[in-house]
Amino acid sequence: MKKFEKFTGVVCPLDRANVDTDAIIPKQFLKSIKRTGFGPNLFDEWRYLDHGEPGMDNSTRPINPDFVLNDPRYAGASILLARENFGCGSSREHAPWALADYGFRVIIAPSFADIFFNNCFKNGILPIVLDGDVVDRLFQKSTREEALRIEVDLEAQRLRLADGEEIGFDVDPFRKHCLPEGLDDIGLTLQHVDEIKAYEERRRAEAPWLFKTASGG
Amino acid sequence: MSARTLYDKLWDSHVVREDEDGTCLLYIDRQLVHEVTSPQAFEGLRLAGRRPWRADANLATPDHNVPTTDRSKGIADPISRIQVETLDHNCEEFGITEFRMDDIRQGIVHVVGPEEGATLPGMTVVCGDSHTSTHGAFGALAHGIGTSEVEHVLATQCLIQKKSRAMQVVIDGPVGPGVTAKDIVLAIIGEIGTAGGTGYAIEFAGQGIMGLSMEGRMTVCNMAIEAGARAGFVAVDDKTIDYVRGRPYAPSGDDWDKAVAAWRDLHSDPGTVFDKTVVIKGECIKPQVTWGTSPEMVVPVDARVPNPDREADAVKADGMRRALAYMGLEADTPITDIPVDKVFIGSCTNSRIEDLRAAAEVVRGRRVADNVKQVLVVPGSGLVKQQAEEEGLDRIFIQAGFEWREPGCSMCLAMNADRLEPGERCASTSNRNFEGRQGQGGRTHLVSPAMAAAAAVTGHFVDVNELVTG
Ligand code: SF4
Repeated sequence: MKKFEKFTGVVCPLDRANVDTDAIIPKQFLKSIKRTGFGPNLFDEWRYLDHGEPGMDNSTRPINPDFVLNDPRYAGASILLARENFGCGSSREHAPWALADYGFRVIIAPSFADIFFNNCFKNGILPIVLDGDVVDRLFQKSTREEALRIEVDLEAQRLRLADGEEIGFDVDPFRKHCLPEGLDDIGLTLQHVDEIKAYEERRRAEAPWLFKTASGG
Repeated sequence: MSARTLYDKLWDSHVVREDEDGTCLLYIDRQLVHEVTSPQAFEGLRLAGRRPWRADANLATPDHNVPTTDRSKGIADPISRIQVETLDHNCEEFGITEFRMDDIRQGIVHVVGPEEGATLPGMTVVCGDSHTSTHGAFGALAHGIGTSEVEHVLATQCLIQKKSRAMQVVIDGPVGPGVTAKDIVLAIIGEIGTAGGTGYAIEFAGQGIMGLSMEGRMTVCNMAIEAGARAGFVAVDDKTIDYVRGRPYAPSGDDWDKAVAAWRDLHSDPGTVFDKTVVIKGECIKPQVTWGTSPEMVVPVDARVPNPDREADAVKADGMRRALAYMGLEADTPITDIPVDKVFIGSCTNSRIEDLRAAAEVVRGRRVADNVKQVLVVPGSGLVKQQAEEEGLDRIFIQAGFEWREPGCSMCLAMNADRLEPGERCASTSNRNFEGRQGQGGRTHLVSPAMAAAAAVTGHFVDVNELVTG
């Protein structure tokens, strides 16, 4: 996982509520057995005018000029601004893979779906929850002629706008610790091998059926 | 000890360690695995030179990509085929039990787990699939996880988790005729919204829930995620225990008696307080039909398509307009005036034997309506299919002009060859009506199996009570 450092990025405003994971990365692209290469198909059905399939040359496909990601103002955006319940639907980690692969590192919304929220942190994306009226204001600022740029400072838990506005945000301490280091969760958990084994031993005695296999072993 | 909720009990018994900030290492008893969300997890293990912590805690089956037509020809789409073959190889390499495509026990992972007794009361169950909440019907703590977590569970048998808040949804009193588990859960989502359960684990309770069969409880818990809750569950009672008894992975002999004694405690203690409680009168729930592109966009079958002009919230009204445009519907149209092109009976929400019986009951002696191009009936597993055939349900469907298929996810998300064409309208027993879910440009209306069958034989939505009592 990439380390997460302080950066300033362009904000892309996606003015929709309940953006689901099927919209973020349609199912035909889930057939891949890799973790990478999903960026060109991020928001595929909204972004292109034709029907996308894996293996197509995306650079020659007709682009939907009305979709915000295709607006030249937001080229190279790394911060996505959205409405309520972003990332609802399936647990597919392909959704954060596609967002990260495209270049998004921060998503700001009034609320996120739980599984998606969790998946973001595993892939170096910082989801930030802000009050609805703050999000409203950011939408107003980001749809002006010149794209809005925000400095994201995870350490200080602050967003800084060019016009001087500063916005604080919450982040879980454990996740805040893991993101900048790009820490591997599995490695962290394996530091507790003894505790896991002790737990298992106790459970085996108290509820042996939990360890049964179909063949009776 | 002070009164605890079912959620407290399930949680407490699985905590391996807890950090000061409440982050816990939670032990996972069972992981179910399918082909779409596992390849990258196995690859991660391989790259790190790790082996599964407990291979026998995992059970795998391919479901999303498998064809529902003649299996002997294999999978036509080469990319789908590679994904299924990758699962086969990974399970072989890592010593994980898999029900392959040609195994009678193959099916949708959320149908297979309970059917095998691999889902037991009091367990923690995970799967790289959001509808893992289904297994909560057994008084288990079950939820979907992403692929990184699939790898984490494979490698450590644990998950890093924080406890959610506890919500109770009570269906007070019995429900009326023609009202099924699907209608109950759609009504709940209509009431609390698709984000209503975000951050909560939901316990479904009350006479309306406890009156349901295990299949019905699975349908309700299945869609907890559509209400925003990662996990939904129901207390254990005699029905739970009777369902589990004798299944391949279920305990036997002395272990059975010990297990049953432990399971009897899997309910919220009297007097427990929830962070939030929602009560819905059972008698007020009618058969439901979704009209939009989110499961919360739902109304009773005797209602009309809502009008965004009467919605005060601007963001909501905008979403409604977008949904109506996508769905090709006019505001204020009576739901029963909406004709359907296709019907899909299946998915992890509604593909169990009881669902097929309910649909067959409506269909018996009737024919598919002229305007309906295709009706797919896709059982949830090979064993469900076998049982349905023993009961003669397949013949009822085939005589009515429906197609009787092999088990899998099928047109629930159209990763295999079963899908809607742009603009086609479908009455579907699945769980998501998102844009493009059943095929790009396809229009999905979520309903119960009986309501889907009624739409198939009349060609439009209709209150199933008009067919079965009339
Ligand atoms: S039936 Fe549908 S919702 Fe259920 S696991 Fe398969 S694709 Fe997912």
